[in-house]
Amino acid sequence: MITLGKALNHGLRRALEDDPKVVIMGEDVGKLGGVFRITDALQKDFGENRVIDTPLAEAGIVGTAVGLAIRGFRPVCEIQFDGFVFPAYNQIVAQVAKMHYRSKGKLRLPITIRIPYGGGIGAVEHHSESPEAYFAHTPGLKVVSCSNPADAYTMIQQAIASDDPVIFFEPKRRYWEKGEVDLDAPLESAFPLHSARVVRPGGDATLLAYGPMVRVALDAATAAAEDGRELEVIDVRSLSPIDYPVIFESVRRTGRAVVVHEAPGNVGLGAEIAARITEECFYSLEAPVLRVTGYDIPYPAARIEEEYLPDLDRVLDAVDRSFGW
Amino acid sequence: MAKGESVAGTDIPPGGFVQLLTPDGERVDSVTSADGTTYSVDFTDEEYRELYRDLVTVRRLDTEAVALQRQGELGIWASLLGQEAAQVGSGRALRPQDMAFPTYREHGVLYCRGIDPIMPFGLFRGVDQGGWDANEFKFNQYTIVIGSQTLHATGYAMGVTMDGKTGSTDGEAVIAYFGDGATSQGEVNEAFVWSGVFNSPIVFFCQNNQYAISEPLERQTRVPLYQRAGGYGFPGIRVDGNDVLATYAVTRAALDNARSGQGPTLIEAYTYRMGAHTSSDDPTRYRIASEVESWKAKDPISRLRAFLTKQKIAKKDFFTEVDDVANQKALDLRERVLAMPDPEPVALFDHVYPNGSPEIDAQRDAFTRYQASFEGSGH
Repeated sequence: MITLGKALNHGLRRALEDDPKVVIMGEDVGKLGGVFRITDALQKDFGENRVIDTPLAEAGIVGTAVGLAIRGFRPVCEIQFDGFVFPAYNQIVAQVAKMHYRSKGKLRLPITIRIPYGGGIGAVEHHSESPEAYFAHTPGLKVVSCSNPADAYTMIQQAIASDDPVIFFEPKRRYWEKGEVDLDAPLESAFPLHSARVVRPGGDATLLAYGPMVRVALDAATAAAEDGRELEVIDVRSLSPIDYPVIFESVRRTGRAVVVHEAPGNVGLGAEIAARITEECFYSLEAPVLRVTGYDIPYPAARIEEEYLPDLDRVLDAVDRSFGW
Repeated sequence: MAKGESVAGTDIPPGGFVQLLTPDGERVDSVTSADGTTYSVDFTDEEYRELYRDLVTVRRLDTEAVALQRQGELGIWASLLGQEAAQVGSGRALRPQDMAFPTYREHGVLYCRGIDPIMPFGLFRGVDQGGWDANEFKFNQYTIVIGSQTLHATGYAMGVTMDGKTGSTDGEAVIAYFGDGATSQGEVNEAFVWSGVFNSPIVFFCQNNQYAISEPLERQTRVPLYQRAGGYGFPGIRVDGNDVLATYAVTRAALDNARSGQGPTLIEAYTYRMGAHTSSDDPTRYRIASEVESWKAKDPISRLRAFLTKQKIAKKDFFTEVDDVANQKALDLRERVLAMPDPEPVALFDHVYPNGSPEIDAQRDAFTRYQASFEGSGH
């Protein structure tokens, strides 16, 4: 049993071992091992040319990663916190996302951008945000989020090995949750990076979640089972592209869907998923697709963040509303 | 430069610059800069003539591009008129292994890299967005967001060091092009910080053409641009950007310093954009005719021609032949631009991702079916 954070550390280590072109770059990723220790001991073992403490400038981290990628490197950028990614937004959206398209496929930028995201850790402003929709909205980027240690270990390696630019969202409040991880499992036969996974089967309603909210959805399903409702929980895992066939198959069976995420609901991933389910599963639906999300407010102060974050009760409330339709 | 002080109309800006060929075509033997570096060139007559041919050719091709835009054959064009010496001088200073990161105006550098000048026309005609392989030509995609490419160049230069390709006379160097306006961008200043900290093998080549669209240099800076380098821990030098010899000498020296492991240099090539920012611009709204006239007297081509004539390096026949060949190249370019096919509509969906995406595939299929639904309907 290892923590999700340690699983990421093992995954990064294996990526560095497997490909000499992989370089890790970010603020405090070297001696300190990152503020969350995700890169712990990697600089010691791989040297300052492979694990690079950068100047404190996010646009610089991503912009220089573009140049390194043009030269054939495979950079893994760490953005220290979700709310600090915006200085790099121009480079990510205008350059990283478009280089392959602009060059008619002649330039690949196999860059992975790791972003610890989400709330629930009692942090100050800019340390608890969920900016995934900005990136999922941008063609040319792939966006994923892991929810458990085993996925963290494989998904970070798959993201790095992918020639697509990948925004890799890490659920920071789950960094310390433990799970079984097979560190020797071959990457080739691992569950695909961009596939959704049914993590709890059930026939009465479908709960869709990713990242930190998968745990909440699973807890809600456990509680609902005590009331005799079998909720199917899908870990969406890939936010761009979304693995819709798995979602549609489930919703056609259950007739009900509730999407859960921490980010504000307005124009969020939940809105898109609800629209697509409505388009594709209209005659199977017993109720409208419901969303349980953060409110449409800036991320609040820590002492009241629990009121903002979707929790087991809010998810069950939405399930009740779905059944009451 | 003090606020309100105009340099237009003077031969040499306050603070001076490296000049090896005066506007009248007088050759300055060598110039020693404040840090003790001596700049000169040692060209054969043939090399002088070929530099002249480069200058005339890139201007002639540029003139053709402006005409094509005016005739509706290009959506937009960013003219290099007036900046030929800055581009040819720096472009010819590059060695084959060096990598260039251009803005969207470096058609002259592109030409000097030996690249078919038609390459960027897809972008300006709107049939593609560039579409070339930066590594094949050692010349990156044109970058339109101001200054972003300086970070790409810096990262590439870090990679050169990581690959162990610096520290010798045959090492690799990188050149990043940008303008005076770009020096206000945070990303450009980040590129300076990073290059300084990592001692990267890079030359920052700023063509100070005095205007960022309509905004004069005074809106970007309170100090001469080359002096900014000191704050980042590497040398800065200003060169007469209308002097192809000085630009060549200064750039070659800076590149060789970079490749041998001595780190970055900022070059400010002091020049003037004789035309509009792009074909969509109207410079008469923000600058006066006398200023443009004063810069016309510093024209990069006429000064080299005067030098070649005075030194009897070239005669009238040569100049006529150069013009004729350049004309022919321009006509050939025109024909090939007009023959550029529009892309197939379904190409919309190509190359979004190296590994593809089921969502893009589904949209391509739906688009194809939608297009097919009009077949035979007369649309």
